[in-house]
Amino acid sequence: MDDKEKKQDSLYVKLIPYFEKYGILLLLVIMILVMHILQPDVFLSWRNVTNVFKQISWQSMLALGVFMVIVTAGIDLSVGSIMMLSLMILAIVAKAGAPWFIVVLVPLFAGFLCGLINGLGITLLRMPHPFIMTLGTLYIFRGTGNLISGGTPISGFTDEVRYLGHGRIDLTWLGLEKSQYLPVSLVLIAVVYFVFWVFLNHSRTGKWIYAIGGNPSAARASGINVNKILIIVYSLCGFLSGIGALILAGRTDSGYPNAGLQSELDAIAACIIGGASFFGGRGTVLGVFAGVMIMGILRNGLNLMDVSSFWQQVLIGSIIVLAVYVDVLRRDFGTRK
Amino acid sequence: MTSTNKLLLEAKGITKYFGTITALENVNLKVHEGECLGVVGDNGAGKSTLMKVLSGLYKPSAGALFFEGKEHVLDSPKDSQNLGLEMVYQDLALAGNLPIGENIFLGREPTKNIGFLKFLDFKKIQEMTSAHLEKLKINVKSADQKVEELSGGQRQAVAIARSTAFNAKVVIMDEPTAALAIKEVGKVLDLINKLKSTGVGVIVISHRMDDIFTVCDRVMALFQGTNFAESQLDKTSRDEVIGWIMGKK
Repeated sequence: MDDKEKKQDSLYVKLIPYFEKYGILLLLVIMILVMHILQPDVFLSWRNVTNVFKQISWQSMLALGVFMVIVTAGIDLSVGSIMMLSLMILAIVAKAGAPWFIVVLVPLFAGFLCGLINGLGITLLRMPHPFIMTLGTLYIFRGTGNLISGGTPISGFTDEVRYLGHGRIDLTWLGLEKSQYLPVSLVLIAVVYFVFWVFLNHSRTGKWIYAIGGNPSAARASGINVNKILIIVYSLCGFLSGIGALILAGRTDSGYPNAGLQSELDAIAACIIGGASFFGGRGTVLGVFAGVMIMGILRNGLNLMDVSSFWQQVLIGSIIVLAVYVDVLRRDFGTRK
Repeated sequence: MTSTNKLLLEAKGITKYFGTITALENVNLKVHEGECLGVVGDNGAGKSTLMKVLSGLYKPSAGALFFEGKEHVLDSPKDSQNLGLEMVYQDLALAGNLPIGENIFLGREPTKNIGFLKFLDFKKIQEMTSAHLEKLKINVKSADQKVEELSGGQRQAVAIARSTAFNAKVVIMDEPTAALAIKEVGKVLDLINKLKSTGVGVIVISHRMDDIFTVCDRVMALFQGTNFAESQLDKTSRDEVIGWIMGKK
């Protein structure tokens, strides 16, 4: 190897950590540019951009919850069902005439409880893998949601209840037009993601979540109560699904039996595309956000271009496989064997 | 030298059953300040079980643990850590995805308060890590390096650094050189000698006679879960110790 080659090699090695951290954002920017070139009038219009954010709003909550679980090397298949059950409980409580602040808190609490059940099941019942526990609750929670609602949609909520999913922040005071508003759900995404970024990166519990994913026996030997942390993680995942239910209630103004069907798979896909490793311990909040955005933009862009939803499925699937292959290559480069 | 130094840790009559299996029966163990005790025995002799009892990971079915003369019941590794008793596991018990510093302080991270919230104090972790690695003369590129990027010997050094970061009085090491390249073994053994010179009591579990005869002051053998033999190192030989491992006196 001559000197020049060596230099290139070391530059390449130096770039890897940056690529690892921000590569996914690069992909996102490229996608936005491509979509903009293909649909110059529509794609980056105020209306369409806010639309994308509104569409990804509840998925982004599920993805963030599932992300934390994946960091611990676990999986949560029940988030879609938790969201549906929380939504149905919200709808029933709303129809019963409860005041709005109760209606708003109920899905958060319900989601948290569902997550707690997952966490307790995985730790106390010593399920061999979280896949099994949450596969069980995927059926149990959706079934319960159908039982309490009779399997029929319940519609019509007050504006306060719909605020997070449907609310608009007027920007006319900035000299913008009436149609150029900020969706409340966009602000909510930003706030929730920021809070969880701080939690995962700057709190001891957050650090322990990564440690458990990296090496659970190391965490245990360090005196970390691994079961307690896992219960917290699954409960928070359920809580975030509850927020998802609240947003969805606002967006659709109804609780319906098919809410969140298969959305657990979308949430997992977003995490994987965003660089979270199934082996645990790897991934960033920013990456998950990018993963959610990539899926949202892909769907939105393909819809704008009138591409069949069947092609969307094929493309999203391909991106997942590609993203994980990049992850495999990265592990080959990045670690000693 | 050992009999004159202060007794740090003593286990008396430790017995441990797993269901119908007797892993340990009436085992006794002592370690003094600045002393290195070697524990040898064949696979399944009960070495690892005994260490897990000492670290609080397992509760003994019978027997008692005394630390600096006082009896203690250990409910978790946290309890033994609080007493100043640290364990370096064979599988190293490090999280490869975290940097060196965060591994050393895992579970005991320094925090700073902002309002009523506690945040990790990364600067302090970095400073304390650098100072501690300096003290033990462990060379790594930086405290921010991820553990998975280190060599086996460096990882072992980090694991030992981790065990001594909080003024440990007794450090228990399970096969500290088993996974290492030959040139790295010497560095780890040096590190053990350095710990001894600071007054730490060290227990080394090892299959390697070279390790035992380089760093230990006393050796004891377990056989089928019981105390089989024990001797000052200068009063025994490699062949005799190997015989003990196989159950011959």
